[in-house]
Amino acid sequence: MQLALWTYEAPTHVGALRIATSMAGVHCVLHAPLGDSYADLLFTMVERRDQRPPVSYTSFQQRDLGRSTADLVKDAVRSAYERFRPEVLLVSESCTAELLQDQAGTLARTLGLPVPVLPLDLPSWSRKETWGASETFLRLVRALLKPRAPAPGAERPCREAGRRPRANLLGATALGFRCRDDLVEVTRLLDQVGVDVHVTAPLGARPRDLLRIPEADFNICLYPEVAETTCAWLERFFGQPWVRTVPIGVGATRDFLAEVGRVAGLDVSAALASGPSRLPWYSHSVDATYLTGKRVFIFADATHAIAAARIVAEELGMSVVGLGTYLREQARPVRAAAQAYGIEALISDDYLEVEARIGESQPELVLGTQMERHVAKRLGIPCAVISAPAHVQDFPARFTPQMGFAGADVIFDTWVHPLMMGLEEHLITMFRGDFEFREGTAPSHLGSPVTATAGQAPAPPAVAAPAPPAAAPGEVAPMPKSGPVWDTQAEQELKKIPFFVRGKARRNTERFAQERGLATISMETLYDAKAYFGR
Amino acid sequence: MSLAVATGDTDVPAPSVEMAVARASSQRQAFCGLAGIVWLHRKMQDAFFLVVGSRTCAHMLQSAAGVMIFAAPRFATAIMEERDLAGLADVHAELDRLVERLLERRPDIATLFLVGSCPSEVLKLDLGKAAERLTQAHPGRLRVLAYSGSGLETSFTQGEDTCLEAMVGDLPSRPAGERALLVVGTLADVVEDQFSRLFAALGIGPLHFFPPRRSSELPPLGSGTQVLLAQPFLGRTARALEARGAQVLAAPYPIGIEGTRLWLGAAARAWEVAEARLAEILERPAARAEQALARYTAELAGKRIAFFPDSQLEIPIARFLQRECGMELLEVGVPYLDRRLMGAEVALLPTGTRLLEGADVDEQLERVRAERPDLTVCGLGLANPLEAEGLATKWSIELVFSPIQGFEQAADLAELFARPLIRRERLKV
Repeated sequence: MQLALWTYEAPTHVGALRIATSMAGVHCVLHAPLGDSYADLLFTMVERRDQRPPVSYTSFQQRDLGRSTADLVKDAVRSAYERFRPEVLLVSESCTAELLQDQAGTLARTLGLPVPVLPLDLPSWSRKETWGASETFLRLVRALLKPRAPAPGAERPCREAGRRPRANLLGATALGFRCRDDLVEVTRLLDQVGVDVHVTAPLGARPRDLLRIPEADFNICLYPEVAETTCAWLERFFGQPWVRTVPIGVGATRDFLAEVGRVAGLDVSAALASGPSRLPWYSHSVDATYLTGKRVFIFADATHAIAAARIVAEELGMSVVGLGTYLREQARPVRAAAQAYGIEALISDDYLEVEARIGESQPELVLGTQMERHVAKRLGIPCAVISAPAHVQDFPARFTPQMGFAGADVIFDTWVHPLMMGLEEHLITMFRGDFEFREGTAPSHLGSPVTATAGQAPAPPAVAAPAPPAAAPGEVAPMPKSGPVWDTQAEQELKKIPFFVRGKARRNTERFAQERGLATISMETLYDAKAYFGR
Repeated sequence: MSLAVATGDTDVPAPSVEMAVARASSQRQAFCGLAGIVWLHRKMQDAFFLVVGSRTCAHMLQSAAGVMIFAAPRFATAIMEERDLAGLADVHAELDRLVERLLERRPDIATLFLVGSCPSEVLKLDLGKAAERLTQAHPGRLRVLAYSGSGLETSFTQGEDTCLEAMVGDLPSRPAGERALLVVGTLADVVEDQFSRLFAALGIGPLHFFPPRRSSELPPLGSGTQVLLAQPFLGRTARALEARGAQVLAAPYPIGIEGTRLWLGAAARAWEVAEARLAEILERPAARAEQALARYTAELAGKRIAFFPDSQLEIPIARFLQRECGMELLEVGVPYLDRRLMGAEVALLPTGTRLLEGADVDEQLERVRAERPDLTVCGLGLANPLEAEGLATKWSIELVFSPIQGFEQAADLAELFARPLIRRERLKV
């Protein structure tokens, strides 16, 4: 049993709904009790979709349990087919329905509908949303394509002379982080190096498009969480090679283009030489020097976490002090990435544990999900959202890809924006002590402190914003133990340190004193600690 | 009275609300009773709600209510996992462990609600027993109560009914025959204060509200207690209160000027307040409310409205919009029709109102598309898709979370319905 205040992932069947909602011509019948239809609003409210997700619920209640819930399943499947006429029907169960053991999928198959009926049987008590999405996509592709697989060992026909190489873009889904814009940017990027996008799936595909997947020369696994298993299966059964590099960040985009060039047999040196991103120059410009060594804590899905770590370290010149993911299935690559930065990865889906680790790491910037946004807000640390789960404001109207060179530019702006700007940091030092200058004022580009934090708070998708309850922030974080006492002189000296680093100076000094068993912090202790910790 | 009650798409003429209505058992778009935690935890700020369920329950709570703006909510989910399903004894031990962890983090909790869910019902987990055990484990420190918010037994607002029902047994006794008024159903604090002033002016008291603002300060209950229901979904709570000797006053609900007048009037009659005195006290707030309401009636009058079944507030609100704002009711869907609780309301609806109980969502969508009402009241899953089809909508969930009861809020309620219409007129894109 797990105590959950918040959960990073939805249950398994929501993963299936994400695949169904990504596509056209697919309908899902979900065997689930009344109330599970809340899942619709994830798509209609959080993602602002203008259509209902293609799902019918059996909505069973107590009185149905006395009778046969199996009949409910059959009725729901029959009427969903009649009403929506899908090309493929998915049948899934929510956690409660799984306990009833109605075998909804098997029942649906006995109805003899004239379209493929795919029972999903996703284990809802041991797995979660992202795995459910990945598994649903794999089963759908496998069910449609396995009968068409060539004999084992058969040679893939060569690309006809004169035809541009074709690639499938796999893994983008409904409710995925910036998937919509990533597809546009990656398609443009590929066009520039002479590759045509053949099928994008699941987002934007119909079942008959999935049948065309083998016609492409190779696959591009854009989001490994969703598409890795499918890409591997397609390689095994259709001999399609696949591109593994995820093009998030300037370096990764260049690596991606190089890998595409290798797989497609194209010369991509012109594209690599042009390098149209502004990120490298912005990072080199003098205003950005203040970013140097800033401590960054990263927690996200694996794809975005690993990409963020590389951008932070190599492209923004900051320091990765925390790296983790809530996806246990993707723990291995995240652990490997963390090792490269000399830290241990945090693999956890326990929001409280992540919160504690962020607190301990004392970062100056948090890159995370919706959950870390809350943690950072409580701790007063700047934050940018880089991954699902995200809220309604992370499905913006404007074009904001994460991938490709355009994505790198978006990332530079959105990650640096929550921080104090370089020139501003400089001016604050200069004006410190001026009687007309208020130190506590938030950076000019963030508005007043109140609106700055309100801007971080999500507009609730469902509710006319209720006022936050009188819950003290200290309730979750461990209470600080009574530590050394500051003498008056040291306290005065501490006030001379710019306010935005004062908290860190205070914590460092207290830790320094505590480790040395000092009961009082004098001015000497303050400067000893400063010398010990450096900046 | 004459009323057409329909189930699904079959019209059944009904001579009275006493008639039997078969329910549509097809696909429904509604929250389960767990959603009630969202406003109950705000009302009783010394209580904590622990759902014993699955990841679906946890995810539903955080997404449906959009309450993730709270850094430390006073609710959580004990998510059962595969190994918990193996043996139930183990589940109780696990639950005890989680509760201990929770109490360490939140020593300020006075009442802990163990909230049953669909999986805990199907697994026949005895949360009542767990509540007793946990109460005994923390004598004098913590009260633990169990109730069900599962979708198998409750639909949306019924989660408040089962919660309050579980609390009735703990209400302290009031000496037999001692007269008192108990207003039952969560109201915003500001609304409670307005009603308190009106009841005081009418000389009605002692007055208590249930649920109370602090779960540790439970209102007393006795055979002289008169109960006035402030919300239309508290059937089980009403029966539990009656079982302890209280009398439930029949009245419409305090929605709109007329509803508020009749609701207060029911208490005034029970207290034998003179009609003239009642009229005198209500004159000023009612006149003020009429003045405020007039601003929106021009926008709403003559417009056609349809309700999808959602919160149980549909009938009182439809009554208000039809009688006080001049709207035309195309159809009124309700999750279920509780004839006893709705009798006084249904009597005020116009003859021939199409009332549906537990409608099939796809069939109702077809009717709405065909009839194209000026305004459709529906849940969050349907609102944007209908807007995209050119139909103006009002999210029903806002009606549950906003203060809408009483004289001073009558115009605010009308404004919630006028706003989507005004918005459509404004937008030129």
